[in-house]
Amino acid sequence: MYNMEWPYAIEWNNEDTMEADVLVLGGGIAGCMAAISAAKKGQKVILVEKGATRRSGAGGSGCDHWESATTNPCSKVTPEELTHAMIDDNDGYNNGISHYIECREGYDRILDLEKMGAKVRDTDDEFKGAAFRDDETKLMFAYDYENKFTIRIWGTTFKLAMYNELKKLGVKICDRTMVTSLLTEGGKIGGKVIGATGINTRTGEFYVFRGKANIVTMSRPARIWLFSGSLPGLCEFRPTQCIGDGHAMGWRAGAEFTMMEKSVVAEFSASGKSYPPYSAGNNHNTWYPASIIDSKGREIPYIDRDGKLLNEFNERTKPAENQKYFLKGGNIDFAKYEYNGPETVSTEKMLAEGYKLPLYADLTNIPELERKAIWGMMVGEEGKTKIPVYQNHTKAGFDPTKDVLQCYGSGWKSASFLPQERQLFGLPGGFLNDWNLRTNLEGLYVAGDSIFASNCYGHAAATGSYAGRHAAKYAADNEFTEVCRDQIEKEKKRVYAPLNNDPLKSISWKELNMGISKTMQNYCGGDKIEDLLQIGLQRLKEYETNVIPNTYASNPHDLVRLLEVFDILTVSEMIINSCLQRKSSSRALCFDRIDYPDMDPVQDKKFITIKKVEQNIEVGYLPLDYYGDLKKNYEKYNKDYIEVN
Amino acid sequence: MDTKKVYAVPEAPAANPIIYDETKCIGCNRCVDACQVDLLLPNPIKGNPPIVQYPGECWYCGCCVMDCPKDGAITLRHPLMNQVHWEKKENLLKKLDL
Repeated sequence: MYNMEWPYAIEWNNEDTMEADVLVLGGGIAGCMAAISAAKKGQKVILVEKGATRRSGAGGSGCDHWESATTNPCSKVTPEELTHAMIDDNDGYNNGISHYIECREGYDRILDLEKMGAKVRDTDDEFKGAAFRDDETKLMFAYDYENKFTIRIWGTTFKLAMYNELKKLGVKICDRTMVTSLLTEGGKIGGKVIGATGINTRTGEFYVFRGKANIVTMSRPARIWLFSGSLPGLCEFRPTQCIGDGHAMGWRAGAEFTMMEKSVVAEFSASGKSYPPYSAGNNHNTWYPASIIDSKGREIPYIDRDGKLLNEFNERTKPAENQKYFLKGGNIDFAKYEYNGPETVSTEKMLAEGYKLPLYADLTNIPELERKAIWGMMVGEEGKTKIPVYQNHTKAGFDPTKDVLQCYGSGWKSASFLPQERQLFGLPGGFLNDWNLRTNLEGLYVAGDSIFASNCYGHAAATGSYAGRHAAKYAADNEFTEVCRDQIEKEKKRVYAPLNNDPLKSISWKELNMGISKTMQNYCGGDKIEDLLQIGLQRLKEYETNVIPNTYASNPHDLVRLLEVFDILTVSEMIINSCLQRKSSSRALCFDRIDYPDMDPVQDKKFITIKKVEQNIEVGYLPLDYYGDLKKNYEKYNKDYIEVN
Repeated sequence: MDTKKVYAVPEAPAANPIIYDETKCIGCNRCVDACQVDLLLPNPIKGNPPIVQYPGECWYCGCCVMDCPKDGAITLRHPLMNQVHWEKKENLLKKLDL
């Protein structure tokens, strides 16, 4: 339909104010769990979400496994062991606090979710007798079947369970609302955070939210290097509108960030460069430990970390000789010998031995319950797989007992990207946090993908709940702070300005995003160098000064898309500023400086932090183990929780 | 040649991610509510399928289909370039003899 009148009532000129003890910004996994735990502490909670909380966030459509559930009754690995392994696996560039919370409390959250109605056990005995199932608890495990710390879950039930719980607890949910800025005491950068502003994505109405405590649970940034104007929804792995608004508004408010210099060569989902995750043949992640065959039907052997050929299927899910446990099965980037799981032999070796491409994932010859666990449970319960992969492939005639699914490229990515086509993935940068999951700003807490070095579902849920608990404690001890009218008026002016420009003469959100992405590819690509980084920063500043005032939006939807790109621009500047600060290269950070090729020199093995101070940027340094003794500190900050649980 | 009227239409999208079967869709707009990206708009004609206003913004999660009360009313279709291939294993094994 062409030039249809906007179907929702327009309310550009309205302003509505709402108050909550705990204000949760973001309605994904972390946001829902934060709101639930704060509400359970008796606090009045508002949750603000850009999409629809019931299905929003990266986990809205599902999830097939929950990592690091080390306190489940079958686990043979302790929270301390696993957190230290995750830290060591990344040469120290990891978040000891948030991952210890994930390991220590993740299983508690699974039990909570089960009470809310989520399915976490094979209660129908569908997989009775399978090697990955514990028949007593009916829990099902993935990867390392001996150590049992990754739990297979029926993730399509999870978000609905959280949503119903939010309703039950009386949390006020403001869906279809984009949070545009954080409000600070006196409107000052670096001041106490006292609320947020937002606009309705359908009506354009302006909101002022006042919060005693505030929690940012928004996504990691995206569409920095990758953009397609024709298929923006396929640019990245996470949902279209999850582009890192939280990082941008946190930065503008004076929050401290770390690891923002880290980015990886893109792994999946950019338009045309990859196949939909889990839809193509592979033997990683959701598809582990599928067999891989060549185009003549010959099986590619699995080997363990020592290179030992694994002849039996069940050896793929066991640690190697003298190995206590392994992290994920299959090759993970720069996996270390100590934690390497079994993997099929490398493409080079395979081709040298006469195997023929393309390869195929073959479920026909694996044990029946393993096949059913991969095709039907994992592919089916994982995000974005139930309808577009499981149902659609099945309708088109795919039969996992007879058909084999083609692999594209190598490994689970089914993608091939250039070095300058980058993503914030694999433990990317974010807000710096302390043991309360508080930021450097009073009144501001963080969880999920907002935190630096975040990763999966269990991390989001565990940190969300933890932040909610600690924010609730702060809210109970503090009062509301008066908002600064001047700050609100400035923000209103900023967000509505593009409505005044002429669509036939101005710049659209897509044109601006494309410009930013190309700038980042050109000046902040795979190999980085001071001169180009500086020019890149200058280009971005030119966009800020000259282009933003000439952008337009025709309706609330387009306005939100445009405000997102303004945030993408802010995050791009944060990234270049961070890159300029690290004067050496680092393997774990996937950071290559042509002008400073020294790889991980001892003196630079530390977190570099950045934050905005008025018009300048303040740079700081933190030791990689700033979080101290994990167990001791956790127990010090969570006495109440330990007593109850 | 067909003599039906010709219209100037918006630029062709790179994908048609969501296809409604208007004989099955009851126009309840549950898909509109489920979509976190908000790429669907309710149809101005009550009872008709929603309008796929922003097809390029679809991230192919399938929640619109999951929440649809009428089986087969919505088809989610990956763009052609993202549609994958499979083979009968027995056909591959036949190549072994060649």
